[in-house]
Amino acid sequence: MQPFESVVQQHGATVLRVCRAVVGPDAAEDAWSETFLSALQAYPSLPPGSDVRAWLVTIAHRRAVDQARSRARRPLPSQDVPERPARGPVPGGWEEDLWEALRALPDKQRLAVAYHHLGGLPHVEVAAVLGGTPAAARKAASDGIATLRRTYRAQDDLTEGARR
Amino acid sequence: MTDLLPDLLHGPDPDPATMAALHARLVAEASHRDLLDVAFTTLDSPVGPLLVAATAEGLVRVAFEAEGHDRVLDDLGRLVSPRVLRAPARLGAVTRELDEYFAGRRHDFDVAVDLRLATGFRRRVLTHLRDVAYGSTSSYSSLAAASGSPGAVRAVGTACATNPVPVVVPCHRVVRSDGSIGQYRGGPAAKRVLLDLERVV
Repeated sequence: MQPFESVVQQHGATVLRVCRAVVGPDAAEDAWSETFLSALQAYPSLPPGSDVRAWLVTIAHRRAVDQARSRARRPLPSQDVPERPARGPVPGGWEEDLWEALRALPDKQRLAVAYHHLGGLPHVEVAAVLGGTPAAARKAASDGIATLRRTYRAQDDLTEGARR
Repeated sequence: MTDLLPDLLHGPDPDPATMAALHARLVAEASHRDLLDVAFTTLDSPVGPLLVAATAEGLVRVAFEAEGHDRVLDDLGRLVSPRVLRAPARLGAVTRELDEYFAGRRHDFDVAVDLRLATGFRRRVLTHLRDVAYGSTSSYSSLAAASGSPGAVRAVGTACATNPVPVVVPCHRVVRSDGSIGQYRGGPAAKRVLLDLERVV
């Protein structure tokens, strides 16, 4: 079993990307910390030969689900989301409207996109994390990407070669 | 059309400062919850880069570059605990005492030592090694006698060669009876450097 330091070095950036797409840029660092602390605790009992990246993504997923539940239990402050969010870089280097587009996806699609395209998990493993069949996981990821293509406007700008 | 969307989602690599801050936070929270079983760091020294690692009990390993620091960390993960993190702050006293030693300002180490990587006779030899004073030397045969097994000269040699905490537990002070320098975990040249350092002061 490799020292946990190697796990952090090898997978830290990937897990941060996944967290960014699952809970958003602002909460991503907290989610990363909780994920790696849980992972450190459970690490000695991880069976040899396990896919460490898939294991980390699974933990990140569970933490995100727990977080969402505890948020749902608390009364939320009034949510005044601006009609048209200002465009500009957000922590992590994304344009803000990319997170807006991701956030608008149904959860299952957003998570399938995050775990497959950012976490690098095969659809079979995404299905194991989300429940359902691998075919459903594949469809959720491709539906999510298809929606993003329509809703994320900068995509068109960039494919046309136009610079803002 | 070129598919840019996956690249856009991927975004640029998280910057090193962000990753370093997250790492520091992980170390702090892991320490707080007693989940950091092995802390390590590296330091430069006259005998090359040294890796130092500690458990809650004390300094558990000092490793020369020639031993392969990655391999040493793998061994610690296997033999002590896989909960290993780079945590320089946890080794502040160790690195400070080593710096003082290499500067000639320290003759004895005060940090606690965890000898769990040495067992049985080897451990007994290491305990007696701490009685060999700074600036002096001993022989494998007299150390064998001190450890209660005068005939175990070769075993003493093995105990020194496998000392998990060289420099701090001074196996470099054990030389051959014929006056030659003998073997050393960090190589004979490193042993020479340490003996010269102690002789100068």
